[in-house]
Amino acid sequence: MYQNERVIGRTSESALATNKVLRNTYTMLSMTLMFSALMAGISMVMNVGFMANLIAFGGSIVLLWFVLPRTANSSAGVAVVFAITGLLGFGLGPILNMYMGMSNGAQVIMTALGGTGVIFLSLSAYALTTKRDFSFLGGMLFVGFIVVLLAAVANIFMNIPALSLTISAVVILLMSGFILYDTSRIINGGETNYLLATVSLYLSIYNIFVHLLHLLGALGGDD
Amino acid sequence: MEMWMKITYAILLGMMVLFLWPRAKHMIANSPKASGSDWKSVLLPLLGVVLFVMLLISMV
Repeated sequence: MYQNERVIGRTSESALATNKVLRNTYTMLSMTLMFSALMAGISMVMNVGFMANLIAFGGSIVLLWFVLPRTANSSAGVAVVFAITGLLGFGLGPILNMYMGMSNGAQVIMTALGGTGVIFLSLSAYALTTKRDFSFLGGMLFVGFIVVLLAAVANIFMNIPALSLTISAVVILLMSGFILYDTSRIINGGETNYLLATVSLYLSIYNIFVHLLHLLGALGGDD
Repeated sequence: MEMWMKITYAILLGMMVLFLWPRAKHMIANSPKASGSDWKSVLLPLLGVVLFVMLLISMV
């Protein structure tokens, strides 16, 4: 009997900890998304060139790989997460300005934004309600992402439009898989650091938005 | 896009591959095996995403 109480006690403690990570992750995610949008707006107004996109991309990678792992367990990690998301948002400015130059650019951007929101919320709700363990997806998602990166490197020089669209379609599917995988890791206690969880989900949302924008811009009617 | 920018983007993406490769290898070796119902539970929402993106493309 006493043992049962201990088991119940431990289970509820673990559930409370999971709920705390989930709540902190979504709070942090909404704040970083708003900050990222603000930075994108600033870079659009400043009309910065594609050089800014390159610098922001490079800077965010350095922070993501070399600074975040060392600061993720301290309060400095919060500033690093805002710096990563702010840089990525700032780098979006020239891309958004390019789409705004199209006759239906505003519609394409708003559709991509709304579509990204619907995809993220639906997949998160699915993972949260089914409470399934999607950890088996990990290997396939990482290998798929590496293959896509190699194809993207090749296409920088080959410049094949069909390959570019295929890469975007595959990235949207991979990032959708990552949303299921990351959300299930938070629910099942595989991820206990809300800063790392926030960055993982943010990168999935960011990639879905950028590649949905690409698909809509290329395949949507421009009249 | 100028050639030096293309090369810089390629280097950054190549670095990402090098950085992710050990993690991918570890994940392949340690990921739990999935059953048929596990795959069904993933393919269903992904099919939903495909149909939704096609709907968005037809809307713009």
